[in-house]
Amino acid sequence: MSEESVAGQATGAAVPLVVLKSVNKHFGALHVLQDIDLTIARGEVVVVIGPSGSGKSTLCRTINRLETTDSGTITIDGRPLPQEGKELARLRADVGMVFQSFNLFAHKTVLENVTLGQVKVRRTDRREAEEKARGLLDRVGVGAQADKYPAQLSGGQQQRVAIARALAMDPKVMLFDEPTSALDPEMINEVLEVMRQLAQDGMTMVVVTHEMGFARSAANRVVFMADGRIVEEARPDQFFSNPRSDRAKDFLSKILHH
Amino acid sequence: MNVLSDHFAEFREGFLGTVELTGLSGLLALVLGILMAAFRVSPVPALRIFGTAWVTLLRNTPLVLLFLAVTLGLPALGLKGWDSFWLAVLTLGCYTSAFICEAVRSGINSVPVGQAEAARSIGMTFNQTLGQVVLPQATRTAVPPIGSLMIALTKNTAIASGFNVTQLGSVQKSLNADTGYNIYVIFLWIAVCYIIITLAISGLFRLLENRLAVAR
Repeated sequence: MSEESVAGQATGAAVPLVVLKSVNKHFGALHVLQDIDLTIARGEVVVVIGPSGSGKSTLCRTINRLETTDSGTITIDGRPLPQEGKELARLRADVGMVFQSFNLFAHKTVLENVTLGQVKVRRTDRREAEEKARGLLDRVGVGAQADKYPAQLSGGQQQRVAIARALAMDPKVMLFDEPTSALDPEMINEVLEVMRQLAQDGMTMVVVTHEMGFARSAANRVVFMADGRIVEEARPDQFFSNPRSDRAKDFLSKILHH
Repeated sequence: MNVLSDHFAEFREGFLGTVELTGLSGLLALVLGILMAAFRVSPVPALRIFGTAWVTLLRNTPLVLLFLAVTLGLPALGLKGWDSFWLAVLTLGCYTSAFICEAVRSGINSVPVGQAEAARSIGMTFNQTLGQVVLPQATRTAVPPIGSLMIALTKNTAIASGFNVTQLGSVQKSLNADTGYNIYVIFLWIAVCYIIITLAISGLFRLLENRLAVAR
């Protein structure tokens, strides 16, 4: 079965939203992304897994051009990523990003974190923005913390605020760069639950994670990366029960049984 | 026989001259310094080069030389009609801005990269990222060195007395040829005047630091 048909099968109608074509990137001598081809359909949930240093975080960050690429093209909703500037800023507003270290604005309250982008980028009326922010904070279960500063919240709460901040921009696609890797074990599930809910609501998602349980239950497709290449793409049930590549077999044997 | 009470008007005029000169050139230095810091972290190479050149040139020129260049050079280049006070404000402001720029930049560098990345990823432009997210958080780190720079500026204004600006330094010049006052007493009162100004600046900046500490 070809990789394209896997993607198509998973979503029904495969309308490409994010398309990466032969993307290459070097960090000095290190070739972190090697001829990456990846198509993400609208409404699809793609989980990227792989050993550390395999380039999966870099891949995630190239999609909204927080990392530049050396060659290849990336298009979002049919438009190629522009150079740094106003045009790129506009496009980034449509691409939500959730970081490993939350990166909530430390000098602003939770509510201000979620309204800032709406007011400054979308030019939404402040009252309208606050109303929307409170709705989103309730949705991710931190409505009661709206007037606190990020440092007063637990990691899990902060990450859920970060998800609300990204959702406030009404993104076409959400990127998650190891969203649970900096969390205490008991807080991982509250964040994953929010993400699972988002996936069910039809959000297009690219998730770099080590949470195999999430990959199994929420992903339409698993992308396995190693040494800067996409080694294998498959439906999660296929990937976890019957990986084709030796590299993936080796990786799974290390993380699933010990 | 008390030089201060005998010549209180001169002292007051000198004191106010120094305060005015410090205040205005400090304001100019802050505005230019923040602007230059923004240039130095800008994605536009031409602005970065300009900011770096500004700092390198002004930081490495002796202040007296800069005064000479401005008071003699600018009129020679056709910029006439500026009185010596405003030329001094310009000189001191530009000179101090180079140091303020570096203090602000160290503040900017103290803000974790993730803060700017988060701002950019919700679609904020460079100016918005800097103004809304990075600079407010950079302030806390930048305020203490800026306080020191303002005190240094206060003392640097003394050089302006050599260029026809009425301030504390000129009080000494006008009085020392005069009727045999003890020159050390004159110096002492001038020093007291400077201490009043510099301690006020220290207090102001301590207040500012305390307020920023509570703000989160």
